[in-house]
Amino acid sequence: MTMELDVFVGNTTIIDEEVYQLWLDGFSVADAVKMRLENGALGECEVSGEVLHSDTMDQYRTFQMCERLLHCPSKLANQLLFQIPAHHQAMLIERYYEFDHMFAREVLGKKLSKGTKKDLDDISSKTGIALKSCRRQFDNFKRVFKVVEELKGPLAENVQHHFLLSDLLAKDYAAVVFFANSRFETGKKKLQYLSFQDFAFCACQLISYWTVGAVDNMMDDMDVDLEKEFLHDLKDLKVLVNDKDMLDQHKSLVCSQLRGRIRVFTEMEANFKNLSRALINIASKLTNTKDVRDLFIDLVEKFIEPCRSDKWTAGDLTLFLTHYTSTASTLETFRYQVIWERYMGVVKSCILKMYHD
Amino acid sequence: MPGKLKAKIVAGRHLPVMDRASDLTDAFVEVKFGNTTFKTDVYPKSLNPQWNSEWFKFEVDDEDLQDEPLQITVLDHDTYSANDAIGKVYIDIDPLLSSEAATVISGWFPIYDTIHGIRGEINVLVKVDLFNDLNRFRQSSCGVKFFCTTSIPRCYRAVMVHGFVEELVVNEDPEYQWIDRIRTPRASNEARQRLISLMSGELQRKIGLKVLEMGGNAVVGYLQCFDLEGESGLVVRAIGTACTLDKISNTYAPASAINPCNSSPSKDTKEAGFGEEAPGVPLSSGPPTPLRAQTFSSFSPSKSYSRQSSSSDTELSLTPKTGMGSGGSAGKEAGPLKALLRQQTQSALEQREFPFFTLTSFPAGFLLHVGGVVSARSVKLLDRIHNPDEPETRDAWWEEIRQEIKSHAKALGCHAVVGYSESTSICEEVCILSASGTAAVLSSRFMQDGALDMDHRFEDLAPPGCGFCHIPYDELNMPFPAQLTYCHCCRRFKVPDVLFTTIDLPTEANVTGKGCLIQARLCRTKKKAQGEGNATAISNLLPFLEYELHTQLMNKLKLRSMNALFGLRIQISIGENMLLGLASATGVYLTPLPSPGGIQIAGKTPSDITYEQHISNMQKKINDTIAKNKELYEVNPPELVEEVIGSPIPEPRQRSRLFRSHSESSDEVSELDLSHGKKDAFVLEIDDTDAVEDIHSLLTDAPTPPGFYSCNTEIMPGIYNWTSALQMFTSVRVFRLSNVNLTNQGLNKVFNDLCENLLKSLYFKLRSMVPCCLCHLNFTVAVPEDELIQVAVTAVAMSFDKEQTLENGRQSCDKTLMKAITENEEQLQFPLELTAESSSNPLSSAKGLSEVSGALPSARAPSVDYSSFTDRCSSWIEQLRLKAHTIRRGSIKTMSSLEKASPLPEGRSRSLRSNRSYAGGSVAVVKMTPLSFIPGTKIIKYLGIINMFFIRETTSLREEGGVSGFLHSFIAEVFAMVRAHVAALGGNAVVSYSMKECVFMENPNKNQAQCLINVSGDAVIFVRESELEATPPQPQSASTQTSSSGEGT
Repeated sequence: MTMELDVFVGNTTIIDEEVYQLWLDGFSVADAVKMRLENGALGECEVSGEVLHSDTMDQYRTFQMCERLLHCPSKLANQLLFQIPAHHQAMLIERYYEFDHMFAREVLGKKLSKGTKKDLDDISSKTGIALKSCRRQFDNFKRVFKVVEELKGPLAENVQHHFLLSDLLAKDYAAVVFFANSRFETGKKKLQYLSFQDFAFCACQLISYWTVGAVDNMMDDMDVDLEKEFLHDLKDLKVLVNDKDMLDQHKSLVCSQLRGRIRVFTEMEANFKNLSRALINIASKLTNTKDVRDLFIDLVEKFIEPCRSDKWTAGDLTLFLTHYTSTASTLETFRYQVIWERYMGVVKSCILKMYHD
Repeated sequence: MPGKLKAKIVAGRHLPVMDRASDLTDAFVEVKFGNTTFKTDVYPKSLNPQWNSEWFKFEVDDEDLQDEPLQITVLDHDTYSANDAIGKVYIDIDPLLSSEAATVISGWFPIYDTIHGIRGEINVLVKVDLFNDLNRFRQSSCGVKFFCTTSIPRCYRAVMVHGFVEELVVNEDPEYQWIDRIRTPRASNEARQRLISLMSGELQRKIGLKVLEMGGNAVVGYLQCFDLEGESGLVVRAIGTACTLDKISNTYAPASAINPCNSSPSKDTKEAGFGEEAPGVPLSSGPPTPLRAQTFSSFSPSKSYSRQSSSSDTELSLTPKTGMGSGGSAGKEAGPLKALLRQQTQSALEQREFPFFTLTSFPAGFLLHVGGVVSARSVKLLDRIHNPDEPETRDAWWEEIRQEIKSHAKALGCHAVVGYSESTSICEEVCILSASGTAAVLSSRFMQDGALDMDHRFEDLAPPGCGFCHIPYDELNMPFPAQLTYCHCCRRFKVPDVLFTTIDLPTEANVTGKGCLIQARLCRTKKKAQGEGNATAISNLLPFLEYELHTQLMNKLKLRSMNALFGLRIQISIGENMLLGLASATGVYLTPLPSPGGIQIAGKTPSDITYEQHISNMQKKINDTIAKNKELYEVNPPELVEEVIGSPIPEPRQRSRLFRSHSESSDEVSELDLSHGKKDAFVLEIDDTDAVEDIHSLLTDAPTPPGFYSCNTEIMPGIYNWTSALQMFTSVRVFRLSNVNLTNQGLNKVFNDLCENLLKSLYFKLRSMVPCCLCHLNFTVAVPEDELIQVAVTAVAMSFDKEQTLENGRQSCDKTLMKAITENEEQLQFPLELTAESSSNPLSSAKGLSEVSGALPSARAPSVDYSSFTDRCSSWIEQLRLKAHTIRRGSIKTMSSLEKASPLPEGRSRSLRSNRSYAGGSVAVVKMTPLSFIPGTKIIKYLGIINMFFIRETTSLREEGGVSGFLHSFIAEVFAMVRAHVAALGGNAVVSYSMKECVFMENPNKNQAQCLINVSGDAVIFVRESELEATPPQPQSASTQTSSSGEGT
């Protein structure tokens, strides 16, 4: 004796946020029922597993039918099939596009291709996120990427406009798209300590200051790519290390500013030339796509690790980078202030964000 | 050429990809009406085509306009092969034919395909220019309004209720024609959809003609059904109540301001439905009002009738100034006159062939007495309908049944049947026809031209709160054994011990506590048989089935300490090897009726000690349940019983009926002398395992979880303060019995569990709406295949404010007190103008209310000439004062809840603006409810009837998520299409919505399934009452506004 068919359809589509989350997390109906029973979130309602099962099935079916619409969120608002209150529509979309940072960290910078999709089970077993959920998240990345890739205008705004997401989520997507487009290296062992948030912050910095759109909003800008001209101009900064005088002068200016103010002063003084050379080298190499991809690994290897081995504190680093940037501008013979500040502004905030254990 | 139909195809959106190569579609549209077809241009390579076509004009007879739907087919153009159909839209243009309904149909319609479901949407504009045709012999009946609502629609007033109209048309079912073997499923489904659409159009037109003949202009309680008789054909039949309705002019609208906190329907019926009779606020519903205000302005010529004080002429109807003296004598004197009048009415009704009314709630003063449920069933063998133009056989069948109903009603001393409905159940070639209704005595007021004021006075002598309970039949010559007592309210007339009806609870009824859904479920096995043998077997089983259902209902009613059932609906379904019976009703405690005794269990073999132990255990359980139920439903009847017992009641017959059928000899009714306390107890005798089983099932009915109430009627007594939160839903379950050799008990249990679990699931799903009431819980059962049981439920969950519920217990106390007051006022002949005036207007201010309490003593004291009353009087005044406070609090609360509920309480202008902006952006919200009203709102316009029939078929069942996935999306699609049609008519809600048919067939082996759904309802425009209050309402402009916003969508 079995229930052959069991459906419940409301004129207003009933959406249980808890079940929705379970569905998004990729739980099977049976697991979801178990979770719901265990959670005891049902409070005083005394319900049997049967009732829960039936309810969960209904909800899952509803979500499956909505999924098609969620792929193009603007459709959700003017479709006729489901009458869903506006706040629930927003919730459905937002939650559907929300992603696990652990997962995003894994695919960050990877090409959003079929090949990567095949690796999803590895990621699933590594992160403990259900494969189903991984697939959804990956498909979301890919879908968003495809839509905004060729669009003009600010990246985050494009994402928000087309996918009706919240500010924060749209920014995160912008980071994902940006990383996927430039294919930044994030998978190296040395970079493992960095979280998605760290990278998202850096992406935001890069988008805001180094892309075409950053300089000229009016232009038909593309937020996805770094500004070629700017990267080219970065070569000019070499003068800061190549010109011996300038290097010495720069060093003395920084030292005079920092004397007594940082704990690692001696180490800094000894290392100044290496550190400066590292930063300038990174800058000058950015014309190569390969080196752009290695931006983060370079920052870690060439700059962050030396500092860390000398046990710099974050405060020390902040002071150093601040004065390192500002004093260069006071150098009489240094003519590339604008480029320098545009470069160092981003590098500084990225390094500071990345400087932790 | 009395009509010109114009259609314009504007645009499409979300079309499916028809060309895999380009991922695009080259769409064009065919617009067809009758035999004329127009085409739009092909809009190449787009999923969102903008055709913006010219106006396609069809010049047609109005007969065709009524019968035919406008057919819109969206196709994909293909240069080399045949064009592929994307889907269709059928638009019923009937709403455009009545001047008072919609003027234009405009909006996005889902494009529907019977195989693929909804595939995109199309924006269409439809208009009709109608030329008047005064030809007496015309075949059309344009302009007759149809309503599914089984009461007088909210914004109309009944001038006359003409009576029963019925019609049926038959045809061959395209699915069973020879051509079906060679055509595609899609073509066959579409042929069927088109045919049924045509047939229902024809049916409506024919019924309309009958209405015009009777001199009416509308059909209320229109109930249309399909009988899919398979090989023998397709029958579409309809019944309804012909009426002459008057649209209530705008000036009456402010009446709603009188009682803003009252979101219960009672007020609406009174005010809107019968504006002329003045808004009465019955005691039993609406917010607590200190006085029962029930009045009929026509009886009080001495009173100047003004809107504000309209309900002030309290009790005039009960005690006319020309009065018959006080109390008891009035009843006596009225006696002969009443009898005379009854004769008059009766003769008026007897002129009609069938004095039947499909209405379930009535204009005040229309329903005088209720006799009880009458029903008739007959088992027929279907044969092929040879000549579709002469549906005589089917007509004769129904005629037979109606005659039987009529004679049953007569036996109950009644001349009319109200709450009348008909249904069928078909299995192979056997068909059960059923009809049921409530025998009643009606006032002639709405049935004849010209006022009968003199007579009415006597008719209305019985207080409205209890009058309908008084027996219409002769006490000495009772049609069935019943126990009569004097009415606990007026103590002048006899009432039965229990009352079963198919109607809604009259709004003015005196009810104690709350009601609840009561269901009797039964499953009986039957041997497989063919033809006549099968029919005989079924007819032999039927009486037992009905008897047991009745027993179950009675037991469950007693268990809840209630004494009346409303909205009783007994459905019997036949399958190949079983019969299913499901009776649903809403139990209430009618104050005028005697309090029910308990249930006593008696064992037949008292020798066994353990057995007795067992019985006493069960007895205890039952008593506990009764006590618990009393508390749950707040059934604490006033302790008037003592008084009554001492009063002139005839000797209470020491008799208890045994309502337990033995499986062998079920008709045995033995007389036992057992009593439960002072009252008669109801005895359940245990003599076999069967009975134990029964008692067990009696006790296993799970109580509704806290915060939930349920009923199958329009309103729930005891709940008034509805919020606007509303959730209509449909739930369907199909259960497969894998064990074929089930016993009756086993089957019963399965069926019972199925229903109980379904209810449990509903409560769980709707838990976020608590406190809430599931209203109009309408169960339909079917046996689609050998081992399948299908249960479908459509209902609406409505939230209410809890705060006031808590006070409810007190209110009901107060209520009985108030009743005492009104009763005595009657005797005092004291018109309490001031009180009533302010009470009728609680909104006007709390000040008005405090005036009530303040002013009363002074106004009252001098005229109290019976000293014995003074003491009680002052205590009533105390009560009134208390009550005034309650009201003040109550009304304020409700106000705030209304504000909460409505997003824009500031006024209509703003809300309309927001409406319009809504239309531009996203899809307009369309509410759906099986009830005839939406709490907290006022219906300002009826746009026409929605009557849709859809077929959906799939050949990829697994891919669509199995049977559940298939049906889930189909039901969602049906809802979507109903909403779209309503929105296109300019409406924002469907009331009296029902899913009349849901036939589901599957063949999992072939990966196929098919489902047919028929839905109906009334499309309306409503506005929030809070908006109405803010500014003087202008329904006219509002409707155009709203419809224009509809156009935008």
